[in-house]
Amino acid sequence: MSRMQKMPEPELIFDRSRPGRIGCNVPRCDTPEVDVASAVGAVRDDLHLPEVSELDLLRHFTNLSHINYGIETGFYPLGSCTMKYNPKINEQTARLAGFANLHPMQPVATIPGALEILYGVQSMLIEITGFSTITLQPVAGAHGEMTCLMLIKAYHESRGEGNRTVVLVPDSAHGTNPASAARCGYSVKSIPTDAAGNTDLAALATALEEVGPNVAALMLTNPSTLGLFEPNIERICKMLHDAGGQVFCDGANMNAMVGTTRPGDHGFDCMHLNLHKTFSTPHGGGGPGCGAIGLQSHLEPFLPAPVIRMSEGKIIADEDRPQTIGRVAGFYGQFLMEVRAYTYLRAFGKEHMADISRYSVLNANYVRERLKDVLPPAHDRPCMHECILTAEKYKKEHGVRALDISKRLIDYGFHPPTNYFPLIVPECLMIEPTETETKETLDEFCDAMISICREAVEEPDLLHDAPSTRITGRLDETLAVKNLDVRWWPNQ
Amino acid sequence: MSNIPSDLKYAKSHEWVRVEGDVATIGITDFAQSELGDVVYVDLPAVGKTLAVGDIFGSVESVKTVSDLYSPVAGNVLEINPELTNASELVNTDPYGDGWMIKISLTASVPSELLDAEGYGAVAH
Amino acid sequence: MPYVPHTQADTEAMLSVIGVPSIDNLFREIPDNLKVAPGSLNLPPALDEHRLMAHLSEIAAKNLDCTKLVCFLGAGIYDRYIPSTVGAVISRGEFLTAYTPYQPEASQGYLQTIYEFQTMVSELYGMDLANASMYDGATSMAEAAIMSVGIKGKDKVVVSEAVHPHYRQVLATYCWSIGIHVETVPASSGVTTSWNADEASCIIVQYPNFFGCIEDLAAARAAADAAGALLIVVADPVACALLKSPGSYGADVVVGEGQPMGIAMGLGGPVVGLFACKKEFVRHIPGRIVGKTKELHGDRPGYVMTLRTREQDIRREKATSNICTNEALMALAATVYMIALGKNGMTTVATSSVRNTQYAISALSSAGFSVKFKGKVFGEFVISLPKNATEVRDAMLGEGFLAGLPLGAYYKGMDDDLLVAVTEIRTKEQIDAFVSALTEVTK
Repeated sequence: MSRMQKMPEPELIFDRSRPGRIGCNVPRCDTPEVDVASAVGAVRDDLHLPEVSELDLLRHFTNLSHINYGIETGFYPLGSCTMKYNPKINEQTARLAGFANLHPMQPVATIPGALEILYGVQSMLIEITGFSTITLQPVAGAHGEMTCLMLIKAYHESRGEGNRTVVLVPDSAHGTNPASAARCGYSVKSIPTDAAGNTDLAALATALEEVGPNVAALMLTNPSTLGLFEPNIERICKMLHDAGGQVFCDGANMNAMVGTTRPGDHGFDCMHLNLHKTFSTPHGGGGPGCGAIGLQSHLEPFLPAPVIRMSEGKIIADEDRPQTIGRVAGFYGQFLMEVRAYTYLRAFGKEHMADISRYSVLNANYVRERLKDVLPPAHDRPCMHECILTAEKYKKEHGVRALDISKRLIDYGFHPPTNYFPLIVPECLMIEPTETETKETLDEFCDAMISICREAVEEPDLLHDAPSTRITGRLDETLAVKNLDVRWWPNQ
Repeated sequence: MSNIPSDLKYAKSHEWVRVEGDVATIGITDFAQSELGDVVYVDLPAVGKTLAVGDIFGSVESVKTVSDLYSPVAGNVLEINPELTNASELVNTDPYGDGWMIKISLTASVPSELLDAEGYGAVAH
Repeated sequence: MPYVPHTQADTEAMLSVIGVPSIDNLFREIPDNLKVAPGSLNLPPALDEHRLMAHLSEIAAKNLDCTKLVCFLGAGIYDRYIPSTVGAVISRGEFLTAYTPYQPEASQGYLQTIYEFQTMVSELYGMDLANASMYDGATSMAEAAIMSVGIKGKDKVVVSEAVHPHYRQVLATYCWSIGIHVETVPASSGVTTSWNADEASCIIVQYPNFFGCIEDLAAARAAADAAGALLIVVADPVACALLKSPGSYGADVVVGEGQPMGIAMGLGGPVVGLFACKKEFVRHIPGRIVGKTKELHGDRPGYVMTLRTREQDIRREKATSNICTNEALMALAATVYMIALGKNGMTTVATSSVRNTQYAISALSSAGFSVKFKGKVFGEFVISLPKNATEVRDAMLGEGFLAGLPLGAYYKGMDDDLLVAVTEIRTKEQIDAFVSALTEVTK
């Protein structure tokens, strides 16, 4: 693929600024002028913000959007991220004035519709996950993990077991798991994965013996980050419970389970959900996330307040929670994202909910099967909603790494899969197609991957030099750290 | 093949030690720096800090990895290499020379478990 | 189901390639006792798009939102002007449906917007640098406090009681969890006058504070210095377009809520946390940060996420925070806002807020109401009412006003006090009507 005519380098908005221009029609003030300094004290005289016209502003962002890739641009098989279609109706409902213009501190009596949405999402998620309670206050996945660990901590402390300070985390876990544990003052012990890709039960037993009465919890991703369902899940939960520990489910991979199996039935005590993955709220370029959590009844007393629940036939925001861990975020959580999730859940409904897991698993196994000859799967088992392949042979034989394959995919018009995660699979490519992609798109992607693997053997430099069709080639990340430039300066 | 000077002692965690009198100079090996890639930051302890054998005395970072640094000897930190603050690439370009990291005033003899060049050569590949 | 595009023929062809007889077969590793039959969950029936919109519209209509009520409620979330360009930009699919820019060559558009965001947040706060954003103002403040403990090593933080009560509640939760002691100092005159900063890693002050009052940041800086603590300022970015910046007073870390800059109130979420600091702390900060660099084999400039080794996916339990996402889309909204208004627009918005606030204060005073704290205020103030503020607030709903926040739930002895915000979009007519209605309901 030849290098296209280079697009012009986008300029910074600051370069377009001219004194006196403005990019919007600011509200006029009709109250009397005042002496500002006597009202507020010392004022500044040095505000360097851009001054551009409204049209220039729009062109700036339209041009920048053209050098950015989203799900609506093309296939986005980023493993662990569930890059499914974000239905447009969700955007339309979230913009309804009756939702968008609510103040979080207005009296609860004035927001019955908002409570109906929150309670509705909670109720549907309770049914889908099998937990007894859902709270929507956590504002992101990692925030949900942390909240779950706080609930576990409060639970242990309430039983006089504040000595439980060790959290077990499999070596295949997302980095947020150990980081969230550390945030809650826990120390982390790593648990290995066995050759089949499951939690190593013998190692888990040994760890539980070593940690003894100090075990607080196990954080387990199911299906695992290897894209495999943990077949021993009930036994694992029992081992933890026998040792006095709790089991947290990392719900990043809930897409594989919706309507097919319920983590609340597996023995887990709590879990977090990423509504921005499983329930289609837009990723927005890396946030807002939206992190509901589900839990069993023994953790309920510790929930962050307010708790949205039914009382005497009415939905209430219950602030009277004597054992609460307190607030974890400013207000009710990501309310407008809950509106989107509600819309999505109601679009699927009882009849179609299981389609989410069934077709995401079908798509992943299809990709796995079509690519297995060029990129062997890490494990010889049916995968769930994502497949984990290894490019190790290309590294060994041709000096081509998973990263090179990924960068070359950009030239073929696809977003790369996740690379180098989970850490335990060498030269890992983690592909999550989601249920919203057609067979034709998957075929085009697989054809591209097969073609790239051929190039890796025949013309490896094509991969080393990729991408060659984007606004920039590969970027110097070392320079970015060593010569730190994180903002424009006015005198630049 | 990486460079493994014969006059140094080595830890399995890829630190080297040069002992002169009761002062030990410590850095990371040529093999370690080549595995890390471009070093972009070196985090070193405060002068005066007491270290036991195996204590973490800092960390070394490339763009996408961080490795802890383990003290191969016991003693007090006498000096840290000030050049690494602004020229961490010295760890890549001259790991046994200008890329040294800390000097320690020894409070105990050098552990006998440390490897010689030949022993380390068997580890570093 | 339009979001799942498989035809019967597709499914059969795919199953045949995989070599299994059915989709059920792909789930064979899940123990049977843990499975539920497709369609068996107790969920409401599916709605088609038309009925879905009607259903959601009906629910939305049950709320008394701020197009139906005139909003004088602030307390950290503000009813401000949102330029039409904000919605246009953040609706673009290339931004809305992108993931975190881990692949910079496919994400230059977003990365550049974040670089511009970081620049303008730093500029408003008067700081060396800002990160790519945090969840919200409250969590941003808690992260700053925890960062200060990491830097200073003392397990106590001091916060003024004139900092937003919800922010302090979040701080308390985070600090309980990680074992940090939080001490709250009074602000009985409306501003913080003394700091018990000994053995503290930081002191935290809000600017303007929860009551709308302008705190003395120079005195706070001196108190922090005397104790060897960091000064953390929670600042309203719109106010900072007019007031001397927290950075100019020597703040070490400035955090805040970015919602007033182009983001719908949305019952408080999603919003965006701002986080800025002095350069010397850059390796300690939580969250993402974007840096400018150039091509590895060329000269074109480009942007990447940088200082990545601080983050959870690399450093795991030793990361500076567990935060993984930023609030990119909301940061984009704020970026569009800061550019659309620019230097003159932001100054105008801030100045108009001050004018409207001063007008409201004088109109209320003329009507016999008493302003509780007499000092300098920005866009918000406390009035003492002749009766219970919650009752007054509820009565004002009937007059078409969201009158403000009754403070009794948050502060002892303030049952009759109401926190009132007056933004740039309130008109003289609305303020006059507000004063009349308030006079009426407090008779």
